[in-house]
Amino acid sequence: MPNTIHIPTPLRPFTDKKESVEVSGATVGELLKDLTTRHDGLKKHLYTDEGRLRNFVNVYLNDEDIRYLQKEQTPVKPGDSLSIVPSVAGGAVSPKPQAKAEGGLS
Amino acid sequence: MTTATDVDLPTLNAEEIKRYSRHLIMPEVGMDGQRRIKQGSVLCIGAGGLGSPAAMYLAAAGVGRIGIVDFDVVDYSNLQRQLLHTTNDVGRTKLESAKNKLNALNPHVQVETFEEALSSDNAMRLFKGYDVILDGTDNFPTRYLVNDACVLMGIPNAYGSIFRFEGQASVFATKDGPCYRCLYPEPPPPGLVPSCAEGGVLGVLPGVIGVIQATESIKLLTGIGQPLIGRFLIYDALNMKFRELKLRKDLDCPVCGTHPTVTKLIDYDQFCGIAPAQDHSAGATVNATEITPVELKKKLDAGETPFILDVREPNEYQINKIAGSTLIPLGELPRRYQELPRDRQIVTQCKMGGRSAKAQDFLKTVGFADVLNLKGGILEWIDKVDPSQPKY
Repeated sequence: MPNTIHIPTPLRPFTDKKESVEVSGATVGELLKDLTTRHDGLKKHLYTDEGRLRNFVNVYLNDEDIRYLQKEQTPVKPGDSLSIVPSVAGGAVSPKPQAKAEGGLS
Repeated sequence: MTTATDVDLPTLNAEEIKRYSRHLIMPEVGMDGQRRIKQGSVLCIGAGGLGSPAAMYLAAAGVGRIGIVDFDVVDYSNLQRQLLHTTNDVGRTKLESAKNKLNALNPHVQVETFEEALSSDNAMRLFKGYDVILDGTDNFPTRYLVNDACVLMGIPNAYGSIFRFEGQASVFATKDGPCYRCLYPEPPPPGLVPSCAEGGVLGVLPGVIGVIQATESIKLLTGIGQPLIGRFLIYDALNMKFRELKLRKDLDCPVCGTHPTVTKLIDYDQFCGIAPAQDHSAGATVNATEITPVELKKKLDAGETPFILDVREPNEYQINKIAGSTLIPLGELPRRYQELPRDRQIVTQCKMGGRSAKAQDFLKTVGFADVLNLKGGILEWIDKVDPSQPKY
């Protein structure tokens, strides 16, 4: 039985707009590897050039942060779901005008 | 907060008792709870999408003192979601508009306005004396600044964040609870996460998230219920789903852990990898990989034929465009870049210049040598070259 990975809105452009992707594997790391094999564009958003999960990308197995389980080695059971939860800053127009000039952050 | 004894709490007059009667008849709030709300104070960082609904409900509920930090001016593009401001307010400062509405809603509420950019220099001074900070900002440096100041001062942070159809909420920096850095020790590099101005936001979404922030603020002031501490709420408006994830306090957290390394406010632009601000109004700080709209116009007028690559989404392209440009959305570029000519100069362009800079970087990695990024995007093109087109 495949597992589901929930894709957050900011990353959906890289999954053909899909909000969840069916993947298979025995560990969290294998599920993520399967995901980035299916959707290559996600790789640089999730991993550093050295192949480590990026610090601002949090991965949850069901409702638990994998940092407090066995990280990418955490075993998964059929039906478990993964969520990728990246940091999002949106809200009011910035009280920091200089950041607005960056475009990418304002 | 909940430490005040009954005798310390402010009293309610007859008009206030009538006004708050729907609170007073609930035993969970009652007279004591309402007096705690009146004694309470909340500082809203930003009077935009999140701050608008939050401040309105806090004022209606009778929070005694509401502060707002903002220096922006009301724009037409705000009105789709920022209910504090009306069409008549376009061009006024958001603070003036907000104060006006909140006073009209509830004259018993003291509204304090601070027309300044929140910074490491003023955050502690502005936060001092407030019971709750309500973070409704839209950029990472300010998120980390608000978090760190809250932790250092021991003030809880009712956090909310929105993007397109998705919102997040939590309560950070309570005495034993996790903080924003426990969740995200490091910010994403600039440019990797698009902004609301570039990515868009469903107008009702900040209503839901801002009201959750206001709800949590009132629970913190009255001490009732289970606050959203150690829990991270994710709201998906398209599928109408709420999910909740567990948050833990990170003992190694640099600001709230057992051996903190951040013991005072730092330079948050530097922390978030943002270069010092440049004077964009002068238009003189263009680097070698950028082209200004005026320069591009000159090129075109001189008969040059750069390939103008618009990397926005099709619905944005429908609103306005540079004549002769070709649309390939940024997300499709990795599999469609072969469509681009190798023998012409390419000018990448988006709304404001953020996405097109990423497109430019990408094209260089796949071997395109002559790629310029249009400074300020289509918005600056319209301002400087073609004012006949609408802006968004």
